[in-house]
Amino acid sequence: MIDIHRATFKEEAYETLVLLEAALLELEENPGNHELVDSVFRYLHTIKGSGAMFGFDEIASFTHHVETVFDLVRSGRLCVGKELINLTLRASDQIRGMLDDCESLDATARGDAAELAAAFADLVPTSARRDTTPAASSQSAQAASGQSAPTAPSQSSQAAPDGAKACFIRFKPAPGLFISGNNPVWLFRELAALGEVTVTAQTDDFPTLEEMDPELCYTSWDILLISACDLNSVRDVFIFVEDDSEVTIKILDDNEEVGEQPHLGEILLARGDIEPEGFQKFLREKTKIGEQLASAGLVPINVIESALVEQQQLKQLRKERSSAEQQNSIRVPADRLDHLVNLVGQQVTVQARLSQLARTLKIAELSAIAEEVERLTADQRESTLNLRMLPIGATFNKFRRLVRDLSAELGKEIALTTAGEETELDKTVIEKLSDPLVHMIRNCCDHAIDTPQARALKGKPRQGTIHLAASHSGGSVYLSIADDGAGLDKEAIFAKAVEKGLVQAGAELSEREIFSLIFAPGFSTAKAVTSVSGRGVGMDVVKRSIEELNGSIDLKSELGKGTTITVRIPLTLAIIESLLVKIGADHYMIPLSMVVECLFLTKEAVALAHGRHFIEVRDKVVPYIHLREKFAVTGAPPRFEQLVIAEVDGNSIGFVVDNILGQHQAVIKALGELYKGVDGVSGATILGDGSVALILDIPKLYQSEEQAALAA
Amino acid sequence: MSENAAAPQQYLTFKLAEETFALEVSKVREILDFTTVTKVPQTPDFMRGVINLRGGVVPVIDLRLKFGMSPTEKTVNTCVIVVEVNMGSDTVILGALSDSVQEVFDLDPDQIEPAPRIGTRLKNDFLKGMGKRDGNFVIILDIDKVFTADELELTQSAEGEKLP
Repeated sequence: MIDIHRATFKEEAYETLVLLEAALLELEENPGNHELVDSVFRYLHTIKGSGAMFGFDEIASFTHHVETVFDLVRSGRLCVGKELINLTLRASDQIRGMLDDCESLDATARGDAAELAAAFADLVPTSARRDTTPAASSQSAQAASGQSAPTAPSQSSQAAPDGAKACFIRFKPAPGLFISGNNPVWLFRELAALGEVTVTAQTDDFPTLEEMDPELCYTSWDILLISACDLNSVRDVFIFVEDDSEVTIKILDDNEEVGEQPHLGEILLARGDIEPEGFQKFLREKTKIGEQLASAGLVPINVIESALVEQQQLKQLRKERSSAEQQNSIRVPADRLDHLVNLVGQQVTVQARLSQLARTLKIAELSAIAEEVERLTADQRESTLNLRMLPIGATFNKFRRLVRDLSAELGKEIALTTAGEETELDKTVIEKLSDPLVHMIRNCCDHAIDTPQARALKGKPRQGTIHLAASHSGGSVYLSIADDGAGLDKEAIFAKAVEKGLVQAGAELSEREIFSLIFAPGFSTAKAVTSVSGRGVGMDVVKRSIEELNGSIDLKSELGKGTTITVRIPLTLAIIESLLVKIGADHYMIPLSMVVECLFLTKEAVALAHGRHFIEVRDKVVPYIHLREKFAVTGAPPRFEQLVIAEVDGNSIGFVVDNILGQHQAVIKALGELYKGVDGVSGATILGDGSVALILDIPKLYQSEEQAALAA
Repeated sequence: MSENAAAPQQYLTFKLAEETFALEVSKVREILDFTTVTKVPQTPDFMRGVINLRGGVVPVIDLRLKFGMSPTEKTVNTCVIVVEVNMGSDTVILGALSDSVQEVFDLDPDQIEPAPRIGTRLKNDFLKGMGKRDGNFVIILDIDKVFTADELELTQSAEGEKLP
């Protein structure tokens, strides 16, 4: 049981760390922004608080030091500087490390933590080093003394769930509450765990300063709780204090129809804050009732304020109930989702079989059912895949940190701007994209963008910019990484390629072909190998991983102006739209996103090229690969062969097949370890009749043909 | 072999051409009828292709070709023995073609003779030993060794042979 909670805490803590990092980096840009300081503080507080609750004491006590510093920042006693941000980022790494191996924290990690904690402690001026025990952060101290009335409503983030009831609680503790070791703040937190809580402090009983005993509690609280819990669980919260304190708990919200709201007067009456007679008198005069009551001194103003809050809350609750769209979300482990996607994948296959059977049997009733199932399956597939969609923004934040650290390491000034963070992509795609993107951004920082001095000499702003943008288009997502750096030097690349023996010295290559050389294995024009890049194991790996995602990569560059790399990737990995073709007895799939057009390969066209493998399509010469030959399929080809023209890296290339059968939704199945080394096939799928069809790896086929041509 | 526990182990026997082979029952997952196999292009001939096993894709290997015999012909008795093979740290599921599946029988470890070093026309690594059943020799295979990553390596030469 505990482990589940600990796992949840870890999961949430990782998320909070990501948010914390993002907020810190933003804070670095706008050091004066109070909201950002507040959120940083809040994130730290969350980690500390829930860490302590689930037994991550080391994390809690470490985070406490960081939080203390940010509390000072919040109160304006410390300024945000580069040093503080650096330190806090390191602290966030430290917390992440502690989370990673919280079960077995080794001595070095402890040492690092202690060192960082000491660094934070140094930032705290001695005058501010009082009350910094974790339990009594300034926040709780303030709330407990009740000095600020009404206190800011502390609301939990939950929205009102179904069947939520509003519950009014008046908590008038015994003066000796603190002596018995109770803290009302803890009670309120417990309440907040039950539902949405609004706390209003009543400070009427406060004596004058001379008479006041600081150890006694003079405050009482009006609490409005909106929760689905029953009365008993609310009572349980006060179980330890109810003996000597006054606790009144009333369910306010009945099952009245939406529409009428309780009047302020009624609320006050119900609470017993006003006598009915006195109240009746004022009802006759018709101005705002709250003001009248207050000005007449019948009810103190803060009581009215508290009642007003209640009125508003009830309004809100009703509104939320009536609105059809409730913003409810649940946390589901990723493997359950993957399982669901798997099941839907199998269902798509079974449905294809059903449709095929219905077509052969030609029974009207069966066909109707098959069509219905087809429609439902398509919807189901769509919404299931949507479940795994995540915005790419979280990944972008990671890069912000990367760029910041790299520019410090390389002595450069680089800013990362982003656009399209909300673009959604399949979770697995995002995970697999992360490494190639890191590679490309490292390259940008290391090679493309010059030092501030060099940039100034070229008349560019000292600070370089990398722009990371994501956008949707059709079934694909486009990611572009644009820098305003040095750009690619065509001559240098060509010379290097000749030196490496990738091309012949005299070869005439288009700009595009030259740029594509940088994706060749082992290619790097960097003169020195740095810790960041230059080993030439980069761009080929990047290209390969993008292609594994069925994506493509494109590069544009202008010398001196900068480079733009555009990556196109399909929305999802699990299912692709593809073209079903037949070669010999076997079926193959060509990803539809790459297909441009389909033609017949006529005898005349073949004769025109004297048997060589190219064809003229609308005045353009298109080479083709004869798959029957390539795959060594035995038997005679059909009389009319068909040609599928696909686009690879901007080049058109044809694939000759026996027959084009039509469009098919292919649920991708891996071929497994045994076929890992096979070129030209990226996976398999199961057809309606239960047989297996292979998915062609079009870019790979093109490359192997290109290499064969270069070698010849 | 004598260090194995004395308890008899169960073996599944099957035929390739006229010869009887055996493998440990614990390695066998199920036995299927021989259905349509989809050939993956540019792979050696003994890799017959892939089949659909309840929505999953499973490779099928022609043991006869692997052992230097003629290719397996499809008959009513042809079966795919689905085995679990330890490949490095992973367990890989694959199908082995056999002409017919015979029976499951017990064999005491001391009934297994070491295979002769010459004369089997098989790689010594592939063999666990020889057993006897009704007066006939049974060749006991070490299936993990038959299907190591190296043995199934999709060598360039195999690809080259097939290309025109």
